[in-house]
Amino acid sequence: MYRYDQFDARIVAERVAQFRGQVARRLSGELLEDEFKPLRLQNGVYLQLHAYMLRIAIPYGQLSPVQLRRLAEVARDYDRGFGHFTTRQNIQFNWVALKDIPDVLEKLAEVEMHAIQTSGNCIRNTTTDHFAGAAQDELLDPRPWCEIIRQWSTFHPEFAALPRKFKIAVTAAEHDRAAIRVHDVGLHILQKNGVTGFEVWVGGGQGRTPVIATLVNPFVPESEILDYLEAVMRVYNRYGRRDNKYKARIKILVTELGEAEYIRQVEEEYAAQRPHEKIALTADEIARIHAYFAPPKLAAKPAVSERLEAAKAADPAFARWTRVNLHPHKAPGYASVTVSLKPQGVAPGDATDTQMELVADLAEKYGHGDIRVSHAQNLILPHVALDDLPEIYAALDAAGLGTANESRITDMIVCPGLDYCNLANARSIPVSLEVSKLFADPAYEEDIGRLHINVSGCINACGHHHVGHIGILGVDKKGEEFYQILLGGRADEKAALGNIVGPGLKAEEVPGAIHRVVEFYRAQRTSRDEKFIDTLERLGHQPFQEALYAAD
Amino acid sequence: MPLIKNGAEIANEWTFVANGEALPETGKFSVSLGRFLALKQGQENGPLPDGVRLAPADKAEDLEPYLGELSLIEVDFPRYTDGRGYSHAQLLRRRYQYDGELRAVGHVLRDQIFYMHRSGFDAYETRRAGLSEVVEALNEYSVVYQPAADPSVPAFRRRS
Repeated sequence: MYRYDQFDARIVAERVAQFRGQVARRLSGELLEDEFKPLRLQNGVYLQLHAYMLRIAIPYGQLSPVQLRRLAEVARDYDRGFGHFTTRQNIQFNWVALKDIPDVLEKLAEVEMHAIQTSGNCIRNTTTDHFAGAAQDELLDPRPWCEIIRQWSTFHPEFAALPRKFKIAVTAAEHDRAAIRVHDVGLHILQKNGVTGFEVWVGGGQGRTPVIATLVNPFVPESEILDYLEAVMRVYNRYGRRDNKYKARIKILVTELGEAEYIRQVEEEYAAQRPHEKIALTADEIARIHAYFAPPKLAAKPAVSERLEAAKAADPAFARWTRVNLHPHKAPGYASVTVSLKPQGVAPGDATDTQMELVADLAEKYGHGDIRVSHAQNLILPHVALDDLPEIYAALDAAGLGTANESRITDMIVCPGLDYCNLANARSIPVSLEVSKLFADPAYEEDIGRLHINVSGCINACGHHHVGHIGILGVDKKGEEFYQILLGGRADEKAALGNIVGPGLKAEEVPGAIHRVVEFYRAQRTSRDEKFIDTLERLGHQPFQEALYAAD
Repeated sequence: MPLIKNGAEIANEWTFVANGEALPETGKFSVSLGRFLALKQGQENGPLPDGVRLAPADKAEDLEPYLGELSLIEVDFPRYTDGRGYSHAQLLRRRYQYDGELRAVGHVLRDQIFYMHRSGFDAYETRRAGLSEVVEALNEYSVVYQPAADPSVPAFRRRS
């Protein structure tokens, strides 16, 4: 993984000192809250319902064991013993005191971490495939380019006060696990005639006005990608709407200009760049950054592990976990393991200090010191030998981390909702937990197969409800919480937005309605190989909608 | 409001003449971009200013033919959260290589000054920050990651 050199370390140390000064000026009253707000936001500090919330950057979702242990320490010493992993592959702490934040940042800087640009109207943490560098189906490792983008976008002086937040995602696999078509900019790494480059998608997004991104350029060579991004950003910074925050994302600019005119403006700005303006990232620097992401040295192993097969035969629960929570690795005899943060009864994405420490230990002992956070709010051990899975599972299971539900119905993406967030209209965690209860039987859940449920507590869509196979959106009607159900969304390479079906439901009606839809699917599927989303596409939404509202 | 340039607080010799106000016969003054273009193109008669004030929605490109004649360009930040002025500055300094004074005016706060400096500004009419705060803000970072309109060498070039 990337390691700071003297320059990175200095920038982060200087950031801590700067923010310490800003907090002191705020606490003394020299800075007004209005003036402090964009400063604290660009350092991940939100004012939430109950307290300040601190969001810490986990660039492209990668952590070392040392870093994860430090997060555990922060959870224990400054929060209430847990942290919440987010859909931007970051972590947030909900109960940190403002006066303590500079000290927390200093502790994070010691392990090469920061909270820079995790919020505010700037370029946020670049996200990627959580199996990057390990997945069998990737063309190459996208992380070096995420790091290059991280550095370029950090304190970019021109793009420090954008119309609105800006999110970039990168994938290098045909099967898109980074949801690039619902990002402000989505990059798909390709190779053409031996040259690495990027397909550039712009203007996707969720929120109040969900939009699938437009393909703006089918191939920008790697040597030009930062210059091209500068053109994309400059057009947005100059012409994105600033009169209404709900119309300020780049997707609205693309929609209002029309795809053709938007593309023309970007190409015109790009063509206007003069040679002396080019970033001209050196080949040495590209190579230097790639060297940090060299694959781990994995001992050669047979594709089938006898040890694993024996353990599976002896323990059906373990066998199920290996069927559900493993992802194919490039190297035979290895797999990427999903550590589920979605057990029954726990807020999705939450992990305690001791759970974080356990995962750090396992990564060190069995996982080449590599840990990822997925945008689905789970943790990943990307490089694990099949031989070691019995020990890993036993340790995880004992700590409540052994749930076999990766990409299954109880592996929901859920925003914090009205329990924490001052934007929310409705609670999202309790309703997700109630739905989960109906699918608590692991055999039943495995039989249902791949099914994504995404839950948001308001139309800002932090829980990605537009792109869940089933989306649940909390709304407020005259002081009462209601939940609208969406069907047919997906965030992958076939990205689509879900449609709202019929009137909203009361919280207590939601689990039963979801259960009826799932049972309808099970009755209608051609075989267990036909996934929920495929049956839905084959039959159309109407019969599913009828099932949803059918009286018990 | 303090005016700070090149590490010193200086007296403001310039006057901004709003649209509709009479142009002075003597002294240094600036006008809006629209009025400047009208004067240059003969739609309005009067003394030619050698200063222009850009609003966020203006097209800085329109000034390109006249940059050699201007000794002051002011960029107005009516709200400090409106970052369009940073793009104006980058275009003027980096693309067109304007070398006169580039002054940030309006809602200019201490914590924007580092970004302004990197975008090409060399003068700041601040709301409250005095000389010591501006100097402090300019020195908060000793390393930058990307080229911009200031002479700072980005980390990737210092590494090789």
